[in-house]
Amino acid sequence: MGGPQASVPRNRLAIAGARATTQAMLREQPRGDVIRNTVFAGLLLLAVVIALAGLIALLIQAFAKGYPALSLDLITNPPSTAFPDKAGFRPAIIGSLELIAGVILFVLPVGIGAALYLEEYADKSRWWNRVIELNIQNLAAVPSIIYGILGLAFIVRGPLDLGFILAAGSLTLALLVLPMVIIAAREAIRAVPDSIRQGSLALGATKWQTIRTQVLPASVPGIATGVILAVSRALGETAPLLLVGATVFVTFDPTPFSPDGYSAMPVQIFNYALRPQEEFQTLAAAGIILMLVVLLAMNSFAIWLRNRYEQRW
Amino acid sequence: MTQDESRAGSGREVREAAATRASIAVRPDEFQHGASGKREKVFEMKGVEVLYSGVSAVKGISMDVHRNDVTALIGPSGCGKSTLLRCLNRMNDLIPDADVQGELLYHGEDLYGPNVDPVQVRKLIGMVFQKPNPFPKSIYDNVAFGPRILGRKDDLDATVERALRGAALWDEVKDRLDSNAFGLSGGQQQRLCIARCIAVEPDTILMDEPCSALDPISTGKIEDLMIELKEEFSIVIVTHNMQQAARVSDRTAFLMVELDADEQNRWGRLVEYDETEKIFTNPSDKRTEDYVSGKVG
Repeated sequence: MGGPQASVPRNRLAIAGARATTQAMLREQPRGDVIRNTVFAGLLLLAVVIALAGLIALLIQAFAKGYPALSLDLITNPPSTAFPDKAGFRPAIIGSLELIAGVILFVLPVGIGAALYLEEYADKSRWWNRVIELNIQNLAAVPSIIYGILGLAFIVRGPLDLGFILAAGSLTLALLVLPMVIIAAREAIRAVPDSIRQGSLALGATKWQTIRTQVLPASVPGIATGVILAVSRALGETAPLLLVGATVFVTFDPTPFSPDGYSAMPVQIFNYALRPQEEFQTLAAAGIILMLVVLLAMNSFAIWLRNRYEQRW
Repeated sequence: MTQDESRAGSGREVREAAATRASIAVRPDEFQHGASGKREKVFEMKGVEVLYSGVSAVKGISMDVHRNDVTALIGPSGCGKSTLLRCLNRMNDLIPDADVQGELLYHGEDLYGPNVDPVQVRKLIGMVFQKPNPFPKSIYDNVAFGPRILGRKDDLDATVERALRGAALWDEVKDRLDSNAFGLSGGQQQRLCIARCIAVEPDTILMDEPCSALDPISTGKIEDLMIELKEEFSIVIVTHNMQQAARVSDRTAFLMVELDADEQNRWGRLVEYDETEKIFTNPSDKRTEDYVSGKVG
């Protein structure tokens, strides 16, 4: 204190000092903090870019290469080695549609049934129910080729002995995605609050009436979402199909129980991609575009369904 | 009343059957509303004890609940009032390891007898929960749910209207019966749950703190409703709110938490059960007086 400002009343000085301090505190952070912040945010952004780069590269590559082959012929024509410019995916598309139809037919009742048992009936204090629960989680992580071997040993040959028919492939894929469906359905069923079950039971409804009229309807959106995601996984699977008879080159429309063989989209793409000629490479790329479009559409529909109909309790 | 009758009948039939039998057993003047002593009993409890995994939650409950009364259960948190209420319509059966000991008669029949089906019990003894729990369906379907599952589909529209009128909700919702019940306010949702309950034509309605999630105006409406409903039903209500018990109930039971000697276990115990007026003005037990006057709890 002192000097030229000695005449200024003390309290005004104090106010000025306090204001200066406040201004200093409000001004920018230390430089080190700013740099650390920026670097950290940059690293996180990089992680996102790496995650997306693969998908973007795939899309660009496939579009650049497959663009010339994109036409209705791709869907309506059968494959051909003699006329690659006219060749298409018709039998593979029909095969894939029949495969997933079979998957849905099998997976819906069995998946929802298993989920209902585990959520509504199983006594979770019993060790065997906990073992079952753990193993369903494990099954969802088993590599798909293992399911192919299972399908070959038990469905194509062995106890069921169906032969290399499309229905056998369907059943194999259904077993593959069943754990996914069970897990999704269980989550949807668990999301229905107990107060709803109690409200229903308190009106004199039986357990089965409560499940049928309250729990199941309320969990349909969640179950549907899980089923669509599971089906889109089944649609993209190649490895198990190769083992259970999806012959790579089929020029006729497959039927579910015919022993003449069948094909599926990813298998056909794999077959085209193996050929050295440029035309077939283009066809493979066009097939990839087709599959990506279908898969993205299915996944988007599943997400839309979940957001639109999910019950907020 | 035989088992078969209770299985087949709605609450109204049970009441009539019970009334017929009661009129044989007691003199008409004693049967009148408000008469002291021998009024018709809906529930008779003698030494009822509820255990979870072998540990008592409430024990030594002996009390009678009278027909067309509002009977309030009050007491501090954890004294087992909700537990006791839930064993009256066998909702405790839903909890694994729950067990009910002692004698619990409903219109003279053992509620936990070997041939009693809990699903049938719940058709006659309805329940309204603490938090309104409408089904994620339309207002109409919420009320029609009970009659539908019971196969009473004749004249469903009339049943729904009667139930909604009974719950004092009809005028507020008659123009939007098809809209989702989640769009109603909390108080309306709770009255919808009451409508849903009376649509099944029960004999008794159990209410587990039905107003604890509601604002004072909604609470007032539901309290008025209870006083109307007791003309037709017997009501047992659990409440945290002593003023509410004083306003709506005819008889009040005060429960308290009791500890064993080494303070390891705690359970609820019935301290006093009497006319509401007596409980709140001249209780015979010091602990009741301390609680209702706000000294403890």
